Amino acid sequence: MKALVSVKRVVDYNVRIQVKSDGSGVVTDGVKHSMNPFDEIAMEEAVRLKEKGKVTEIVAVTIGGAKNEETLRTALAFGADRAIHVKEEGEVQPLTAAKAFAAVLKKEEAKLFLAGKQAIDDDANQTGQMVAALLDIAQATFASKVEIDGDKATVTREIDAGLETLEVDLPAVITTDLRLNEPRYLKLPDIMKAKKKPIEAVSFADLGVTPAAGLKTTKTVPPPARSKGIMVKTTDELVEALKSKGLL
Amino acid sequence: MSVERDVMEYDVVVVGAGPSGLSTACRLKQLAEAAGKELSVCVVEKGSEVGAHILSGAVFEPRALNELFPDWKERGAPLNVPVSGDDIYFFRSETAAFKMPHLFVPKTMHNDGNYIISLANLCRWLGQQAEGMGVEIYPGFAAQTAIIEDGVVKGITVGDMGVNREGEHKPDFTPGMELRAKYTVFAEGCRGHIGKQLIAQYALAQDADPQHYAIGIKEIWTVPESQHKPGLVVHGAGWPLDLTGTSALGGSFLYHFENNQVLVGLIVDLSYTNPHLSPFDEFQRFKHHPVIKQYLDGGTRTSYGARAICKGGFNSLPKSVFPGGMLVGCDLGTMNFAKIKGNHTAMKSGMLAAEAIAEALLAGGEGGDTLDSYPAKFKASWLHDELYRSRNFGPLLHKFGALVGGALNYIEQNWFGGKFPFTVHDLKPDHATLKLASASPKITYPKPDGKLSFDKLSSVFLSSTNHEEDQPVHLTLKDADIPIAKNLPMYDEPAQRYCPAGVYEVVDEGSGPRFQINAQNCVHCKTCDIKDPAQNINWVAPEGGGGPNYANM
Repeated sequence: MKALVSVKRVVDYNVRIQVKSDGSGVVTDGVKHSMNPFDEIAMEEAVRLKEKGKVTEIVAVTIGGAKNEETLRTALAFGADRAIHVKEEGEVQPLTAAKAFAAVLKKEEAKLFLAGKQAIDDDANQTGQMVAALLDIAQATFASKVEIDGDKATVTREIDAGLETLEVDLPAVITTDLRLNEPRYLKLPDIMKAKKKPIEAVSFADLGVTPAAGLKTTKTVPPPARSKGIMVKTTDELVEALKSKGLL
Repeated sequence: MSVERDVMEYDVVVVGAGPSGLSTACRLKQLAEAAGKELSVCVVEKGSEVGAHILSGAVFEPRALNELFPDWKERGAPLNVPVSGDDIYFFRSETAAFKMPHLFVPKTMHNDGNYIISLANLCRWLGQQAEGMGVEIYPGFAAQTAIIEDGVVKGITVGDMGVNREGEHKPDFTPGMELRAKYTVFAEGCRGHIGKQLIAQYALAQDADPQHYAIGIKEIWTVPESQHKPGLVVHGAGWPLDLTGTSALGGSFLYHFENNQVLVGLIVDLSYTNPHLSPFDEFQRFKHHPVIKQYLDGGTRTSYGARAICKGGFNSLPKSVFPGGMLVGCDLGTMNFAKIKGNHTAMKSGMLAAEAIAEALLAGGEGGDTLDSYPAKFKASWLHDELYRSRNFGPLLHKFGALVGGALNYIEQNWFGGKFPFTVHDLKPDHATLKLASASPKITYPKPDGKLSFDKLSSVFLSSTNHEEDQPVHLTLKDADIPIAKNLPMYDEPAQRYCPAGVYEVVDEGSGPRFQINAQNCVHCKTCDIKDPAQNINWVAPEGGGGPNYANM
């Protein structure tokens, strides 16, 4: 069984995000980027499924500019067998990304589409669901446990009230939550081998996708700076302070 | 606990993807290609990416780069801001300053033809050039120890990943590899933790003066366009440090970079004597000086970092070679402190090392020997000449202070071409200069105003520093009792103040003072390893990828 894993290149989670002074977005030039941490979890899960013999081939896919090759190399070092690079230098919105992934999934005839539940840059949490809708296949989002048995997957998902277990028919979309697994450390020999694995470049046109700009970002502003706190010495003072602010 | 380690073999392994290490790698590939042969070169880098741990002023002299890549402009090297003006100030007090007439500026401080750059970005570019020539660069992998067999350096062991705080293996434990090489080039930067061991083990520094250091603290600001003068270089001596005395020396810089960015920093010599001194707080108050404030006012601080600097120069240079390897760049100590520049000299030392290695290996050498052709090439190069001419600058300052020492340096540089018929030595190591806390005046630093000056923790936040929390503390104490039993009564434990990242704290929760190490704050500046009066702190590499994530420092 073939698994397709989407991996997104995002500003690294350690980087302190800075808003451009003209409000047109956040600073990305010269800033460290890495694979979206939720996609790392998806990659790790795919590799574990392959190690268990449930998956036979892992294909990683990304959408973006030339620098996204780094992200694909990381995926290949994790254990993807090959990678597909959908080349696009401009902004990609969730629906466009979903259309591209759906097209790749169809072309590859993959049974499993694994993706992070969301990317830490726009936090949209839409792409996986849209892929499922576009292809009219099952979806199991926010997975914290995945088991594959034949043509079915049993997925435990994290919901507000606790845990929910779903059984879905394959092909299906599974998006991964934080507690599904802990991604492994990449080993030097694997990183070396990854440099030689094949990456196929395709365009939106090749996939028959027309980029849609349904969303427009009007302005990006940093959150307001936190005002200075006050130190209180006693609980009485604390109660007084809360009361004076109308919080009690 | 012994673990099975994977082994990979290369012709050359380089430790550290900074200007010296990457120049070594690039030069090796160039020479191999010119000879129509193949040399395998691997560079390991402890930062999460190339450039993540690089911090420098930086006014860059392109001399070495011109030699390494004469076509650097076409290749898109990030040298975008030529120096347009040089201001030098003597700061006499927190409000007064004296601007030095250009005529009296020592030649070493002229910056015509130089560029204001981000060294991190230059290193990223050098990394791309190196990879383009087939160098394998592995960021996120920290060299932990040298492999030494029968007295010969055979490569390095990469640090293990997935070890918990107690030193036990976690489920994702991944043993570090052995990277073996015919020659191993150590380019770790100032006070490299392996370089330090090698200097001791092979007694490389026995004929040299003690190395001298400074801590440089730097911030990047985005300022209003009306205050931005692209290419303007401002250097200063004096307040908040000493101008006429010698107890706290150093200097300041403020460079007008691209995109309305101003790079500002203070360099404090680690030979300072008052244990109450805090380089971080000196820097914070320095920004309130009217000369500096005029440029920063109304701006926002976007980045913060700190790094120790090797400034001993010529007199402190250890022997650079040992069986199977060599030291380059600041791991060796090639900075020219009279110019306050070490990037072009670091690059040149790496290139010279590469030329020596390539000669040996391309002639069929098996490596493992002491490559004396490297120091020979060094001696015959402009690098040696340049460092020789600047050899008296640091000692003159240490002996006579910034004003008189600076004047003597002016006379030496401008009238004697850097060739006084004598050499001034400075034999006291920086860890031995502190006076007792009881004999030193306390320093009261002004509270940060949150506009120009800030506290330590909000500063470290801007360095994007991160370490995996559950790992062994990488700031090791040889004797765990010394901080509280000795350093505290004698020096009021100066680590609390010299550390620019708030790693060290003395906390008292009622049961007496306790020394706390917040290792995850560490920005890898190495100051503690240098300045601890008991030489009790040993900095070792944390898990690969940990540390600051500098963008364009």
